[in-house]
Amino acid sequence: MRYLTDRKRAVGKGASGSGTEHFWWMTMSSVALAFLVPAFIFVFGHAIGMSQAELQAYFARPFPAILTALVTIVGMRHFAKGAQVMLEDYTQGSLRKGLVIFVYSLSWLISALVLYALAKMMFLAAAAQQITN
Amino acid sequence: MAEPKRVERPLSPFMIGPYYRPQMTSMSSILTRITGNALIAGFLLGAWWLIAAVSSPGYFGVVNWIVTSWLGWLIFAGMAWAMWYHYLTGLRHLLWDTGRGLDVETAEKLGWGAIIGSVVLTLLTLIILAIF
Repeated sequence: MRYLTDRKRAVGKGASGSGTEHFWWMTMSSVALAFLVPAFIFVFGHAIGMSQAELQAYFARPFPAILTALVTIVGMRHFAKGAQVMLEDYTQGSLRKGLVIFVYSLSWLISALVLYALAKMMFLAAAAQQITN
Repeated sequence: MAEPKRVERPLSPFMIGPYYRPQMTSMSSILTRITGNALIAGFLLGAWWLIAAVSSPGYFGVVNWIVTSWLGWLIFAGMAWAMWYHYLTGLRHLLWDTGRGLDVETAEKLGWGAIIGSVVLTLLTLIILAIF
């Protein structure tokens, strides 16, 4: 007699151990990026060539700041999981593990760098406003 | 104790070249992977630039010089193309996920659409950014 239900036995199945979760996450993030990326290309491209002060003021504004943060967070997770699939296709063993850890770390590092820069720009803008008031 | 048996699992072989003639479908597919992974270069440069923007003016000057040089322009123009290409083939993937457009003729047309479309969108992006 089987004590597990059919559903229970299907959970966690497959070589990934996580079913279709990875695939579904990539689908969701790709739809999110489909909305975010066209605006981001122009928002970011517009900033190239600005002076340091202009750049700080520009990315302290709500729309460029929130859009850049969203694209970075969603985009870097999308990158990490996509690069993981590539590495799983072409490498194996400890090398695979090491490289997957590397791309995950890199994507988190870039996310942290961008969020830190954006946060500091917002603080600088807020401080400048305090002085002028 | 049962000795854990070491199973030599095969990797998916790299088919293009020795076993598989390059085709629009396989080439446009691998280019999706290449562009997607190459985009990390743009994010690295972009993140470095934003960090420099909240650092000392001297440090910003160095990084901004790279970003606004011909090399920076080349990288970000290349990134714009990679982004648009990955974008269009990503939409193709979402279409395929619904079970549509999977026949060879349509898939090849969509491949051409992504290549031509990405070049057109990149040129449009560069023109719009140059004007505004």
